[in-house]
Amino acid sequence: MLRPFEIHEPATVAEASRLLARLGEQAAVYAGGTELLLLMKEGLAHFPHLVNIKTIGGLDAIAFEDGVLRLGAVATHREIETSPAARQHAPLVARVASQVGNLRVRAAGTIGGNLCFAEPHSDPAAVLVAWDATLVLARAGGERCVPAAGFFLGMLQTAREPDEILTAVEVRPLPPGTGAAYHRFALHERPTAAVAAVVTVRDGAVAAARVVVGSVGPVPVRVPEAEDALAGRRPEGEVLRAAAEVAGRRADVLEDMFTSTEYKRHLVSLLAARALHDAVSAARTAH
Amino acid sequence: MEIDRPPQARLRIGLTVNGRPVEAGIEPRELLLDFLRNRLGLTGAKRSCDVQVCGACTVLVDDVPVSACCTLAYEARGRRVLTIEGLARDGRLHPLQDAFIEHAAVQCGFCTPGMILTALALLREVPAPTPVQVKAHMKDTLCRCTGYWKIIDAVVDAGRRMQAGEAPDAGGGAREVAPRGKP
Ligand SMILES: Cc1cc2nc3c(=O)[nH]c(=O)nc-3n(C[C@@H](O)[C@@H](O)[C@H](O)COP(=O)(O)OP(=O)(O)OC[C@H]3O[C@@H](n4cnc5c(N)ncnc54)[C@H](O)[C@@H]3O)c2cc1C
Ligand code: FES
Ligand code: FES
Repeated sequence: MLRPFEIHEPATVAEASRLLARLGEQAAVYAGGTELLLLMKEGLAHFPHLVNIKTIGGLDAIAFEDGVLRLGAVATHREIETSPAARQHAPLVARVASQVGNLRVRAAGTIGGNLCFAEPHSDPAAVLVAWDATLVLARAGGERCVPAAGFFLGMLQTAREPDEILTAVEVRPLPPGTGAAYHRFALHERPTAAVAAVVTVRDGAVAAARVVVGSVGPVPVRVPEAEDALAGRRPEGEVLRAAAEVAGRRADVLEDMFTSTEYKRHLVSLLAARALHDAVSAARTAH
Repeated sequence: MEIDRPPQARLRIGLTVNGRPVEAGIEPRELLLDFLRNRLGLTGAKRSCDVQVCGACTVLVDDVPVSACCTLAYEARGRRVLTIEGLARDGRLHPLQDAFIEHAAVQCGFCTPGMILTALALLREVPAPTPVQVKAHMKDTLCRCTGYWKIIDAVVDAGRRMQAGEAPDAGGGAREVAPRGKP
């Protein structure tokens, strides 16, 4: 049974931010509640005040404007997976939303809640770091933009200040000659290991690559050694295999109750090989 | 239908449950599953895992399957909730219910209300789904008894019969009530 709490229904981001500033540790932002209510049900956390940001108008909008796909923070995974704008301008982002958890979690869980909770096994987080998406954080005084890679500081830790609300995720369409792919392997509800790759191929060689390993460590991180193994080379057989192998060897891996680090490294190498293969194929057909 | 306000209730919500308007005083912390089971006596939705994994507590809110075990009753304000009790019409079972019985897709029955509501959401989006579509849609609703094949057969069969007009989707009416979207 949940302990008693009050629900606040701010109409604007400024109002929500002021509530958070005033209530301090007594309050939590409440979006889909798929993480928050679980914590509270288990008695792992208690907040006497929940600030329901779903009552803020427009925070769920998904729109493509001025060359940028903007995912409102309270857009649910389901809304993203079915959004024509997301499917057209960032198909991988829409596809990954369709792989999150299960259909009930996708109907309630929001993209903002997923990122702000900074649970290490987040699918969108790995993809958005590889994609170099921008997160928009707002408070009563104004807003700032943070690159996805700079947002995740540690397990359940982000660069968000306590009175800031994540309002949107900005995703730019990939440049010409660029492909993206994501592969995950899940033994349980959430992924055990995952790799996202964004690769630009120009004149038959890799002009840029971002390889991000997710779910095995505290935060999704790029693996520069794997990216270096691709740079300037023809993205084929042995080159891709070697980069994938390096990704497994160099990834920041934590042991957990279910999976050894050795097994996780093995998974990362396999998933990296698949993600690189698919990203390169997509890059070759992307003009 | 009017539900008494419990001593600490601080919120008043109006919603539609199985086509009937309900006004209730609730506590913010009240879960939709407890509200349906304990306050309205609708015990079809079951509590099993309690963490959004199994689907035994599934109900439809504005036609979308949600885990009532992890959803605040507050979130149902202004919306249409459909539970398994709302499917039969005038003493006649819904075609999905008939199909589950005919295909022996029910054993202990604990997963069945959630299974049928999850399937109904699919049939309203994809009228006559293939077995592959049914599997993809139903994979997150767990059954420890049947081995799933009979459930898949039942859903495919019900979809086919409903599309052929042999069996109408009479149940869960009240589709006309209440707006969609976030409250
Ligand atoms: C059974 C199950 C399976 C799952 N499987 C997956 C999976 O496969 N992949 C995956 O990536 N995730 C998975 N998840 C995690 C899922 O909960 C998240 O993806 C979900 O999107 C969280 O969003 P929410 O809106 O429910 O967050 P909430 O629970 O509402 O909030 C989470 C946290 O973020 C804060 N917060 C929320 N929104 C904002 C905001 N806009 N600004 C500032 N702070 C905010 C809250 O205060 C809270 O601390 C799973 C969850 C469950 C229960
Ligand atoms: S009891 Fe709600 S999903 Fe299992
Ligand atoms: S019939 Fe027993 S759990 Fe499905």
